[in-house]
Amino acid sequence: MDLNFTPDEEAFRAEVRSFLKDNLSEELATKVRNGVELGKADLEGWHATLQTRSWLAVTWPKEYGGPGWNAVQRHIFDEECCMANAPRIIPFGLGMLGPVLIKFGTDKQKADILPRILDGSDWWCQGYSEPGAGSDLASLKTRAIREGDDYIINGQKTWTTLGQFADKIFCLVRTSTEGKRQEGISFVLVDIKTPGIEVRPIKLIEGGYEVNEVFFTDVRVPVSNLVGVENEGWTIAKFLLTHERTGIAGVGASTQALAELKALARKLKRRGKPLIEDPLFAARIAEAEIDLEALRMTNLRVLVDASGGAASNTIASMLKIKGTVIRQNLNDLSRRALGPAAAPFPAEALIGNLAIAPPEAAASAESYFNNRKLSIFGGSNEIQRNIIAKDLFGV
Amino acid sequence: MNFTQTDDRRMISDSLRRYLADQYPVEHRIKIAYDAPFHDPSKWGALAELGILGALVSEEQGGFGGEGFDIAVVFEEFGRTLCPEPMLGNLMGVRLYAAFGQQDKVDAIIAGTARTALAVFEAEAFTELDEIGATAAKSGDSWTISGHKSLVYGAQAADTLLVAARTPAGKIGLFEVEASAADLHSYAMIDGGGAAEAGFDKTAAVCLSEDAAAEIDAALDAGRLALCAEAVGAMDVLKAITTDYLMQRQQFGRPIATFQALQHRLVDLSIEIEQARSIVIHAAGALDTPGRALAVAKAKNLIGRAGKLVGEEAVQMHGGIGMTWEYAGSHYAKRLIMIDAQLGDTEDQLRRVMELMAA
Repeated sequence: MDLNFTPDEEAFRAEVRSFLKDNLSEELATKVRNGVELGKADLEGWHATLQTRSWLAVTWPKEYGGPGWNAVQRHIFDEECCMANAPRIIPFGLGMLGPVLIKFGTDKQKADILPRILDGSDWWCQGYSEPGAGSDLASLKTRAIREGDDYIINGQKTWTTLGQFADKIFCLVRTSTEGKRQEGISFVLVDIKTPGIEVRPIKLIEGGYEVNEVFFTDVRVPVSNLVGVENEGWTIAKFLLTHERTGIAGVGASTQALAELKALARKLKRRGKPLIEDPLFAARIAEAEIDLEALRMTNLRVLVDASGGAASNTIASMLKIKGTVIRQNLNDLSRRALGPAAAPFPAEALIGNLAIAPPEAAASAESYFNNRKLSIFGGSNEIQRNIIAKDLFGV
Repeated sequence: MNFTQTDDRRMISDSLRRYLADQYPVEHRIKIAYDAPFHDPSKWGALAELGILGALVSEEQGGFGGEGFDIAVVFEEFGRTLCPEPMLGNLMGVRLYAAFGQQDKVDAIIAGTARTALAVFEAEAFTELDEIGATAAKSGDSWTISGHKSLVYGAQAADTLLVAARTPAGKIGLFEVEASAADLHSYAMIDGGGAAEAGFDKTAAVCLSEDAAAEIDAALDAGRLALCAEAVGAMDVLKAITTDYLMQRQQFGRPIATFQALQHRLVDLSIEIEQARSIVIHAAGALDTPGRALAVAKAKNLIGRAGKLVGEEAVQMHGGIGMTWEYAGSHYAKRLIMIDAQLGDTEDQLRRVMELMAA
């Protein structure tokens, strides 16, 4: 057993670190660190910066404009980006649609769409969940009926993340009501500016606007926008759910959150001493660190074993459950470290001389509440347990 | 032993429940709780008429209640509707006015014609009175105070502030300041309702006591009991909301309430809520006894843990809808999770229990 990264991997880490040092502005990193909601321009700007090195579409092969990294390289890249407080890469076009097209798309679809994802021409969002189809995604009802060379789409999608910024949406729609529910679903690409589409923002528990409802009324979409085979969209949905699941543990984000928490606990004073010297609170930080250490090793075991990053369903689900719980716990500890000073809302209600929390921690309560989503979206932790149980009991 | 409420308390609780349900439907509550002045000032007079403020003060001091159970009854109802009225500050304040014989102030608060708030804690001095940095100075017969108080609950709605400050003799005194004389910066809290930062710079003050630490501690414990009772009310409602949702929400062709994995989790919440109710009864019964500090610390510790569990689990079992601002359940969850941070959190209370155990 050798638990060290290879010299090549260490050299790669140094290269990433130096790129981030030279290209990530202090201003942008501070926004990320302070939990400020980033605008479209910030996110697109960062995408463009990464693309100058072809480091944007981290899971894509070189021939399509990706870096051609293996799973360990992607892990190192993610860890360094998180530690440097780089904005996250918005996954819908880059991490989801891109790999789908590379696997299932026609040559024309690849040629037309992939370059526009890379250069930022198109912002994609995801149309999966519906009000009546969350955990039970296969019960989705949004209907696409063929009429000549078009589909006519009617229905509603929800929880569409950053749909307010989007130019396009990829959707799972029902093209048949025959047979098993999974067998009548198709994967269709839609221009969000098509007449009949309305995007309505949803205000979240912490006051932010991140997700949307998307309504479809007689929306006409060319049949050439179908990806893969009609009525076989469920295969694509399942591919997406298992593709590149090794990043799902969020080890980079949690490592960064732990470092911030420790720095915060050194800075804040309770009963005249740094909070980190308070045995009750320090014990909680130490436990979080122990859990994260184990998760880091589990994640690396999977990365090294997994060929091309396609982890088994069971291990991916385990990483999702444990990874989200650990990250939520770290968010919780940052919020609690502040005590009542976490309460002022919005976080920027108190600035300058009036600030009662360090700026990098002032939004701790908002981040904590927002990140309750981690154990709900992308297949709730309950659904992940069902997946593991299915494997475990062979049912 | 008898766990039945007296008729008087049942009347207060029934009438307050009806009034709040009628006047603070959840949409109204969400609308007022996050925008200045962070409550609905038009309702205060009616609350006073219902006898809510009088219930917080003993008969000898001009009220008609004042025991732990009176406080618990009122605040449990507040918790049920997440009522953002600044009752916590007035509870602690009116009991301090009463403790120091300020009868006309007590009467005005009970009548609903004056409001107060208690300014004790400071940034990085959120738990211990002996860490207070604000100072009081005396010149002739008149006092001034200087310093900065944090998280003064309800200060934005108060006529007077009761401020804890260190006297020249090194004691913690209690001083009354006109709210308009303080440098107030008010804000919403993430779980609704208002608080303020309050700055004082040689601000004219009336001294209520030059050695008030014991009375301030007692008032803070009354406040902690109130928060605990409020949490129990909120837990009951959030449990009901969650139960309804699980029974109504269909996935995989049946109500998700039929999944045992979820049933057991709701059962676990129910057990914790009964534990919470019991520890609040214990603390309410001990409020006027020598066991007060220990009983209240135990209650606030358990409530902190139970509130977080109920809040987080309710959101999780709802799924996405529990994450939305429009949904009542998310606001109950926020209140239950953030209530822990007020007047000393689970760790602070655990420390108090450990110290009192060792003493």
